Amino acid sequence: MILSAEEWGIVRLSLLIGGTAMLVTLPIAFVLAWALARGRFPGRVLLDGIVHLPLVVPPVVTGWALLLAFGPAGPVGRWLADWFGVSVLFRWTGAAIAAAVMALPLVVRAIRLSIEAVDPRLEQAARTLGAGRARVFATITLPLCAPGILAGMVLGFARSIGEFGATITFVSNVPGETATLPLAIYSALQRPGGEDMVWRLASVSVALSLVALVASEWLARRMGRGLHVL
Amino acid sequence: MSFDVDVAVRRGEGRIAARFVTGPGATVLFGPSGVGKTTILQMVAGLVRPESGHVRVGGETLFDATARIDVRPEHRRIGYVFQEPRLFPHRRVAANLRYGMGRGGGDWDGIIAMLGIGHLLDRWPRSLSGGEARRVAIGRALLSDPRVLLLDEPLSSLDRARRGDILDALVAVRDRSGIPILMVTHDPEEAERIATAIVRL
Repeated sequence: MILSAEEWGIVRLSLLIGGTAMLVTLPIAFVLAWALARGRFPGRVLLDGIVHLPLVVPPVVTGWALLLAFGPAGPVGRWLADWFGVSVLFRWTGAAIAAAVMALPLVVRAIRLSIEAVDPRLEQAARTLGAGRARVFATITLPLCAPGILAGMVLGFARSIGEFGATITFVSNVPGETATLPLAIYSALQRPGGEDMVWRLASVSVALSLVALVASEWLARRMGRGLHVL
Repeated sequence: MSFDVDVAVRRGEGRIAARFVTGPGATVLFGPSGVGKTTILQMVAGLVRPESGHVRVGGETLFDATARIDVRPEHRRIGYVFQEPRLFPHRRVAANLRYGMGRGGGDWDGIIAMLGIGHLLDRWPRSLSGGEARRVAIGRALLSDPRVLLLDEPLSSLDRARRGDILDALVAVRDRSGIPILMVTHDPEEAERIATAIVRL
């Protein structure tokens, strides 16, 4: 299958946005997953609910909420403009933010499960062997949940690449800037004679998603067998 | 005076309490299942915080409720062999054994020969038999250069032949290392073989 230069550009943009979204999501998702798995604090159930909201709220609503926050009058948008002189509206960075928010619940879920699967009795054993909390985390907890973290990242990456509703609401459909695979497919469908492009881009989407799902499943199963990737 | 323990903690409806002072050699905490023997070991190791009392090991105070002393488990230098081996599944046997060795080192060759685990060093923990895993766990605790050793039912869930092996190894540890041992069991035969003194609960 031969893609045109324009179509390669769309694929590259999608990968860039998906990859950036995952880099942004990872630390946030890990902290949230840790709090939900190990934390004992009032409001944990509420936090759990809020984290899962993007999974059930209509994506258009999530996109609109991002628009309120990051728009010129929004709290985050004004701060970005004052301090850095930048705006994420109509930019690929905005598309990455939308993708990150939409993928967050999936990533948090996967990481949380992998943290909960680490036997705290192993961490206790490490402490009696002279390891402080930081060393226990680095040498026991993190390596044991690493496959789950990777599986969550891959799944979240696939979800990011498929993001449509929140992205088009938040940063619109700008070719070469925010028009990722789903948005470009949507545009091509509206255009007379765009069917061939739809076929090609849709095939790439399916192939990318399939590879990501298989990889994620494989990583999760490695974890289930007590194997490890580090 | 190896152990000077006086601890109490509430557990659900009941209360777990123990008070004893021991000399050198192996002291066995002997009693039926469910009286809280494991919890007492956990309080000595600092994994469970007693509500009152004190824990002194080799003259050093590790916990004192009134003086508000509570040394962290990683600073207590207590070798703890749990009821399950608790080997780290992502590290080979050699790396498990080395995990606690940071300070000082310990007698690697001597301990490995004494426990007969030299041929296991390259194996993964999941490929070990119950008896092998138990011996590696004892070796890992000894190599962390502990001032005392806690053993929680070290012979449970092993077949007869294996029990004999581990028991011999423990007697060797008691006699050769000179490290005071505090061991929990509900088996009178086991208690008889290894104990210098017995505390009945």
